[in-house]
Amino acid sequence: MGAGRLYAAVARRGFRRYATYRSATAAGVFTNTVFGLILAYTFIALWDAKPHLGGYDQAQALTYVWLGQALLAVMAVMGGGFEEELIERIRTGDIAIDLYRPADLQLWSLAQDAGRALFHLLGRGVVPLAFGAVFFDLALPADPLTWIAFIVAVVLGVLVSFSIRYLVALSAFWLLDGAGMTQLALIAGIFCSGMMLPLNVFPGALGEVVRALPWSSLVQAPVDVLLGTADPLPTYAFQAAWALGLLALGRLLQSAATRRVVVQGG
Amino acid sequence: MASWPPERQGPYARVRDGLRAYRMIAAMWIRSTMAYRASFALAVTGNLVVSGLDFVAILLMFSQVDRLGGYSLPEVAFLYGSSAAAFGLAQLAFGSLDRLGSRVRDGTLDTLLVRPVPVLAQVAADRFALRRLGRITQGLLILGYATAALDISWTPLKMLMLPLMLLSGGVIFSAVFVAGAAFQFVAQDASEVQNSFTYGGSTLLQYPPTVFAKDLVRGVTFVLPLAFVNWLPALYVLGRPYPLDLPTWVAFAPPLVAAGCCALAGIAWRAGLRSYRSTGS
Repeated sequence: MGAGRLYAAVARRGFRRYATYRSATAAGVFTNTVFGLILAYTFIALWDAKPHLGGYDQAQALTYVWLGQALLAVMAVMGGGFEEELIERIRTGDIAIDLYRPADLQLWSLAQDAGRALFHLLGRGVVPLAFGAVFFDLALPADPLTWIAFIVAVVLGVLVSFSIRYLVALSAFWLLDGAGMTQLALIAGIFCSGMMLPLNVFPGALGEVVRALPWSSLVQAPVDVLLGTADPLPTYAFQAAWALGLLALGRLLQSAATRRVVVQGG
Repeated sequence: MASWPPERQGPYARVRDGLRAYRMIAAMWIRSTMAYRASFALAVTGNLVVSGLDFVAILLMFSQVDRLGGYSLPEVAFLYGSSAAAFGLAQLAFGSLDRLGSRVRDGTLDTLLVRPVPVLAQVAADRFALRRLGRITQGLLILGYATAALDISWTPLKMLMLPLMLLSGGVIFSAVFVAGAAFQFVAQDASEVQNSFTYGGSTLLQYPPTVFAKDLVRGVTFVLPLAFVNWLPALYVLGRPYPLDLPTWVAFAPPLVAAGCCALAGIAWRAGLRSYRSTGS
């Protein structure tokens, strides 16, 4: 089997694995819709008090809310993908088996996560956004090209999200317990991705810092591409730069970690 | 399902048995947590920080505006603190119930059924997480800030309202946790629905009711009575009118509402437990 076909099969398996849990998906959609509602009303109050906050009008702000809910599971902003299992396998030592496989651990995990993200985009993304579009005035573009540009930003965002979570998982080789890093990643994910509040609304230097961090690729960047408030090409360049840098770092750590396993096992 | 021992069927004896079992299981988990003190301290701090993130969001909002839904920052902080502390109490006591669905799926619930101890007490105390004191602490700190920053003309009734609000609020949220767990007997991998009502509810109550659409406010007042957790009593303390035309005395209704919620949650729990069919694995 060619390498490409192998990883395609892994991705398909990742997709089907999440597709199996239908009521969990329905429950997730329900949760995203409830939180979307709460956030939408707080955003209306916020934009009533200060119109054009962060450069968005109210329709754009509401679009931001519902896109954020649609992307929450896709980007695994709060964790919950391959990394939990990987951490567990590192802790128990089962990881040694994975490393003996004639497949690259990073690419394998990436393929698995790509399948997960695609399922979540279709299974948990479409419905909350449609609900928001029906019950609120959203600023969704009519131009299909903008939607394609958005999808490209989503793909790059998933890549950045994966590379961050891969580093989190690898940290278990040294820390042996993933809890601390997972929690740190959760905090950073919620706070720095623009999930709870658009990063444009963060004041002063704090805003500049969070916008420069990789997490802004997860929610802020794709949403801005869809709203037309950011140029696609510089946004892609930003996301791709973070993705490549973090993936390379993951590769570096992976080889260091692999050597550790051999030492422990010998 | 018949409970055991059969001669002690009185409701009082059952509650006492349940509480005793809960205490013992929780104590066991606390002892096991305390074996690693540094790790526990980190977990509490982490819990405090994570649960504080939504207040940071509120602070960021108020860095841009003076009022949200007509409410000032200390007023919103008062709502936030009371919601977070009441929710924290319920989460400490019943937060483990969201694992019920996975117990139904993997069949480990059967083990609990054969023990002569109320199942609810066993599932609720399972993996009792003392780190959740972090959320309660965080809520109380912000409530403390709010009461200091606000210019409330305190009367004995208003002072009484604070502990009353936190306790009955905690009980109302607990009832939601139990009802959610009962739902998991039916939908085994749908624990997120429960999260919508628990986490979602506590998030909703952190903001003033004026922010939300009237129908939503009606829904959480008359259907799922979350408004009694903190909105109604808190607005009495703050001297603010409630957006729906309700008489003032409803601010004192939370203990009654809490009792009613408990009764309903108890019925739901029993119905769920009775409908339980083991996976057989």
